[in-house]
Amino acid sequence: MHSSRYVYLYTLTLTTVVAVILAFLATSLKPLHEKNEALFKKKDILTAIDAEFAALKDEQVEEKFAAMKQYILDAEGNATEGEADKVDMKKEEKKAEEDRKYPLYVYNDGGKSLYVISVRGNGLWDKIWGSIALKEDFRTIAGVTFDHVGETPGLGAEIKDNSDFKKQFIGDKIYNDATDQYLVVKKGGQTDANKDYEVDAISGATVTCDGVTDMIEGGTDPYFAYFNSLNK
Amino acid sequence: MADTAVQEKDIAVKEPLFGKKERAIITDPLNDNNPITVQVLGICSALAVTTLVVPSLVMAVAVVFVCAFANLIISLLRNSMPKQVRMIVQLVVIAFLVTVVELVLKAFSFTVYKQLSVFIGLIITNCIVMGRLEAFAMANKPWRSFLDGLGNGLGYGGILIIVATLREVFGKGTFAGWKLIGGTPDYLINTADAGWGQMLFGWYANNGLMVLPAAAMFVIGILIWIQRSWNPKLVDIS
Repeated sequence: MHSSRYVYLYTLTLTTVVAVILAFLATSLKPLHEKNEALFKKKDILTAIDAEFAALKDEQVEEKFAAMKQYILDAEGNATEGEADKVDMKKEEKKAEEDRKYPLYVYNDGGKSLYVISVRGNGLWDKIWGSIALKEDFRTIAGVTFDHVGETPGLGAEIKDNSDFKKQFIGDKIYNDATDQYLVVKKGGQTDANKDYEVDAISGATVTCDGVTDMIEGGTDPYFAYFNSLNK
Repeated sequence: MADTAVQEKDIAVKEPLFGKKERAIITDPLNDNNPITVQVLGICSALAVTTLVVPSLVMAVAVVFVCAFANLIISLLRNSMPKQVRMIVQLVVIAFLVTVVELVLKAFSFTVYKQLSVFIGLIITNCIVMGRLEAFAMANKPWRSFLDGLGNGLGYGGILIIVATLREVFGKGTFAGWKLIGGTPDYLINTADAGWGQMLFGWYANNGLMVLPAAAMFVIGILIWIQRSWNPKLVDIS
């Protein structure tokens, strides 16, 4: 048996050595990590426009992304041109509602504009977020992407992984002007009467799907305020 | 497991780099003592990551790396290590190596990092790694421990890739992203092609079950069955 003093010293030395090596590695690789994350975010926004963009090479992503017009919206929906990808939704969420900034990307698809908005909300275990591409009528959805921190694989995580789930949104309307309601991810399946404004929920992932409904309803007001001002 | 856990005193003074014993240490876990099909360790990650070949390959490389170097480091530390904190020290070493893998992957292969997500972190809890540390590295010299880690990592990785290949080919019609069989012209065998493709393979459809984790369990079960009926050493006499 070793003495307690030896045990303490041994563990202390071991953990210090390990900590120093890891800290060094983490700091030296940080620029690469940040570059990868920024690129991933750009690609994610582009795949909301067209799922095929997921196969793009890094340079093509940068090129397409740079070609988009970027705006930063305030809570009232006033837009200023600026680097929207620098807006961190995670940080914005912690601010008071009237101080929040919202990113908006406008993609030129052969003369027609596509508006990509960002939403963020709560899933079952942690945060979920997504990008929604809208056509020029500001109602019809051209495509969506979702992501999450830690939804259950195979259930809640399907909002990100299941392309059939995401395909359902395409062609639907995000907002029903007649009934004043937002698009709903509906448990039990969409109804025929409302099929343009409803999407089938994923079985076993009710809370995550309700989270998607809520983030569309709760996080899009500034965008619609801006779109309405464009329509006038 | 007992046959690889050789006590130190049994080993001759002069050890060759790749003697008979050393070769056995590496090849044993590939077949007779395979971590997945015989020791039945590391099943959780084997079910979860094997939908596609490429992430499985990365996972296999990561486990080989962690297993080999954890064995090496623990074997080097084994005489100075206070026995009271043995397990904690092993865990620190494993966690350290896994974090290194995670940081490196995140920097150089971000898409795979995203695909594997939590499973990289879960290598820490992969029973193969700690199992080999306890059963082998604590009682053997560094070089042999390193080989044992290498062998077990490869044994695990080999099964992972076999399972992933079967699941990807039959579940998605692709192999490591190459399109093999499907209903559009960019596949090697186009089942919708009016010519021979339609005639010979018109009936073919991807098996949706293969994409789900349950299929991995069936595939591993069948692999165990095949291996046991083909390898006489694994036949249970009792």
